[in-house]
Amino acid sequence: MCLGVPGQVKQIYEANGTRMGKVNFGGIVKEVCLAYVPDLTVGDYTIVHVGFALTKIDEASANETLKMFHDLGILEEELNPEDHAESQLAPACAVDPFGLSQGAKQA
Amino acid sequence: MKYLNEFRDGELAQKLAAEIKHLTTRHWAIMEVCGGQTHSIIRNGIDQLLPPEIELIHGPGCPVCVTPLEMIDKALAIAALPNVIFCSFGDMLRVPGSSKDLFTIKSEGGDVRIVYSPLDAVKIARENPDKQVVFFGIGFETTAPANGMAVFVAKQQGLKNFSMLISHVLVPPAIQAIMTSPTNRVQAFLAAGHVCSVMGYWQYPPLADQFQVPIVVTGFEPLDVLEGIRRTVKQLEAGEAFVDNAYPRAVTIEGNKPAQKLLGEVFEVSDRAWRGIGVIPQSGWRLSQAYGDFDAESRFDVSGIRTQESSLCRSGEVLQGTLKPNQCPAFGKQCTPRTPLGATMVSSEGACAAYFNYGRFEEAG
Repeated sequence: MCLGVPGQVKQIYEANGTRMGKVNFGGIVKEVCLAYVPDLTVGDYTIVHVGFALTKIDEASANETLKMFHDLGILEEELNPEDHAESQLAPACAVDPFGLSQGAKQA
Repeated sequence: MKYLNEFRDGELAQKLAAEIKHLTTRHWAIMEVCGGQTHSIIRNGIDQLLPPEIELIHGPGCPVCVTPLEMIDKALAIAALPNVIFCSFGDMLRVPGSSKDLFTIKSEGGDVRIVYSPLDAVKIARENPDKQVVFFGIGFETTAPANGMAVFVAKQQGLKNFSMLISHVLVPPAIQAIMTSPTNRVQAFLAAGHVCSVMGYWQYPPLADQFQVPIVVTGFEPLDVLEGIRRTVKQLEAGEAFVDNAYPRAVTIEGNKPAQKLLGEVFEVSDRAWRGIGVIPQSGWRLSQAYGDFDAESRFDVSGIRTQESSLCRSGEVLQGTLKPNQCPAFGKQCTPRTPLGATMVSSEGACAAYFNYGRFEEAG
């Protein structure tokens, strides 16, 4: 119940004086209260808890984080290639580290 | 879906794990506060990706798990009344009270309904003016805006037949309680990302200072959790202790101001009992005076119900991080998701349920 789910705002309207909207969660569309995030517009991504949008996902910041992940270790690789190769060869988890890849494709 | 797939990339996860391994020189015990993060860690095997020196301690951030038995018994008493429609989030229905659960009340003829949003309960109240509609308002700072809005809307619409049974708890007092416990082993915290989406993280620097403990605001996808751990280990290894935000796409320091404004109006801070832990001072919310009429505890006179916790279930130790779920003698034996002794085995955010559902029957090692 307490899991926040990201979704995309598809429609915004008023119902009984409250700002509501339709949000698409990877194919499932639900009615969500948007009253707490007044700057949400159609097309924005938001995180929803029990039918309430709590925050707008900041696209620039998401991209920045992803870029940082991609760049991570580049300097390390450059300065200490042997150490880096070793850590790549010995993953701590032998099984499929992210069985999630399957779930992610469905999402 | 966008913002999910990118943060579940297996290759990048290996890279982050390698970076954490590179940073780590000794044992560190890090608590992920939120049950959603526990679930992500166990489901994705993040703990198994980490170097053996990094120990993840699962925290008390599962709202279903920390709702006291006594509150469940109060819910059962109200739900069994004729003329009451009792509404709740789905995962509360199987949480055992002293003698039964909400499902049993339903099977005995009680009108118990599962709703997705508390606003659905308000709608039910509007449509059933001759019935008393009660919503079981539990949770941390993440569900509070939803529950608060339901009470706010009910008052605005002048609904006399709607009330809420409230068991609301807060994260910062729980961190304080953990750090001051004589058995504490936690050296750093991954703060719950979505709690901070609502409340911001301006409340945390005094805690980081007072206990010299790093606190890193962390998201829920595998890469988010690994990045939270990476930043935490970096601080620990450097002997630093400050508040850092590893989830900036969803969290700002000030949080959601409109939500905080409504919460400040509808609720006031109060002492709260946590299941398996006991009363933590100033650790929750109750309805403020202006909204006191919507309090189901006084409307149905159940405030006298007193219940003792079972001694077989050791969820209190699990919630405080002193016992791993699979170290409990009842785990997987008397206690399974079908026959739960305690709430940590029921909720999808409960540590015991996560260990059971993902096959963690034996300790890794």
